[in-house]
Amino acid sequence: MDKTIQEIENEIVDEFSYFDSWQDKYEYIIELGKKLEGYPEDKQTNDNKVKGCQSSVWLVTDDEDGRIIFKADSDSTIVKGLIALLIRVLNGRTPDEILNAKLEFIAKTGLQQHLAQTRANGLAAMIKQMKMYALAYKAKQLN
Amino acid sequence: MQDTLTKKIFDVDEVRKDFPILNREVDGKPLVYLDNAATSQKPESVINAISDYYSNYNANIHRGVYSISIKASEAYENAKIKVKEFINAESEREIVFTRGTTEAVNLIAYSYGLENVNEGDEVIISEMEHHANIVPWQVLREKKKAVLKVIPVNDNGELIIDEFKKLLSDKTKIVAVCQISNTLGTINPVKEIVRLAKEKNKNIAVIVDGAQAIHHTKVDVRDIGADFYVFSSHKMYGPMGIGVLYGRAELLEAIPPYQTGGDMISTVSFKGTTYNDIPMKFEAGTPNVEGAVGLTAAISYINNTGFEAIHKQETELLEYATEQLDLIKGLRIIGTAKEKTGVISFVVEGLNALDIGIMLDTSGVAVRTGQHCTEPLMDRFGIPGTVRVSFAFYNTKEEIDIFVNALKKAIEILR
Repeated sequence: MDKTIQEIENEIVDEFSYFDSWQDKYEYIIELGKKLEGYPEDKQTNDNKVKGCQSSVWLVTDDEDGRIIFKADSDSTIVKGLIALLIRVLNGRTPDEILNAKLEFIAKTGLQQHLAQTRANGLAAMIKQMKMYALAYKAKQLN
Repeated sequence: MQDTLTKKIFDVDEVRKDFPILNREVDGKPLVYLDNAATSQKPESVINAISDYYSNYNANIHRGVYSISIKASEAYENAKIKVKEFINAESEREIVFTRGTTEAVNLIAYSYGLENVNEGDEVIISEMEHHANIVPWQVLREKKKAVLKVIPVNDNGELIIDEFKKLLSDKTKIVAVCQISNTLGTINPVKEIVRLAKEKNKNIAVIVDGAQAIHHTKVDVRDIGADFYVFSSHKMYGPMGIGVLYGRAELLEAIPPYQTGGDMISTVSFKGTTYNDIPMKFEAGTPNVEGAVGLTAAISYINNTGFEAIHKQETELLEYATEQLDLIKGLRIIGTAKEKTGVISFVVEGLNALDIGIMLDTSGVAVRTGQHCTEPLMDRFGIPGTVRVSFAFYNTKEEIDIFVNALKKAIEILR
């Protein structure tokens, strides 16, 4: 992978700074959500579900040469857009990179303030789950 | 604030000036507050009453011999009289202050329920109850090996009264239903429900959850005939953290305290304790005097506005919003009862309620999305959740236009 996590996070913060209003920012997130593809339909099971209050999120992983590939889906387009951002930052990274990722773009874009205070969207649960997967992969590699 | 003898002529622009928060903006747009079923906004008179209490006579009540404690005690007791008159209870002894509707239901389940419900006995609730009127009865069921029965709801979101009649049995000990559904806005025939239960057996205790009714319609607990009637101050333009349990005196006298401690006792020694009279028996610890003072002001505000004017404005808003929403393709209103108050729940084909709610917020429109603490009801309609708009008399048709336009735009973006 060419770019570091930090570089991609900076890119995202940059992109969001072009929008004046939250309406436009969400419109952008919705576009990202609509484009997010590739989640296997047969894996929309309870086992793969991340608990959010008002939306369902499914998350699975693959392992490519010690790097983690996330695939995710949601019944909320906005949540899908947020997942697309997380995947853009964290896909193809090593478990350590994922575990150490501070994900500051969430605060710097203002998404933190808008979303993190309510459990409705499950953003925090999603990040936690991605890190849990990374931890599990790391444990597996060590064994 | 005193109740005035003549009601003001209702003018929504004037009314809105009474509610400071309605003048604020969100993200540069005027706030359009359509989440009144979750909590109502507060008029200045309520805010001022609370401020006045803390500025001028804050003291612990009932035991102080000094003037500000006496004044605070008086204010607290006056609040009970105010509530008594507001709901036409027989005596202020029948008014217990709780933290809110939820605590009031818990109090009845623990105190009346544990005392009167035994193994195999039956408690009847309805499919449209708020979790606050479901879970305490489930706990009682577990504790006493009782049976919980549920009155079903038809496709319009109305209780099926014929089914209720069939559920009533010689084992029925409690019937607990809401007067108005927080999710659907359905107005239930609570008077008829009480009558049917009492015809079956006059000892069946009927509890009416009035959280969504108390501010929409004139409530007369003696006319309804319920044994217990519960509601929260914060849904009726009063402060949070205080609610009311009305109970018929003879029932309140017969049941044990719910919590114990100071203020609810008569005498205490290490050999034993005797309890205070009702309603103090149910009010352990320092009560919410601030809340009582605010609630008093809220009741005055409602009295001075008048239920006639409130009802007229809210009905107009409900009808106008329903008409406008019916025009949107793919939108389905959940809850189309004949008797309905200012709540509209809806789903939009192919779209997630949360997404709609977030997009509406970017236009300054505050709505609620999700299951509204009525998960079984969502299952009944086979939907994961709804968008819910709920009106108060301070909302306007212009606000509904802003909401409907924002909704159309959100749908366009999300599709």
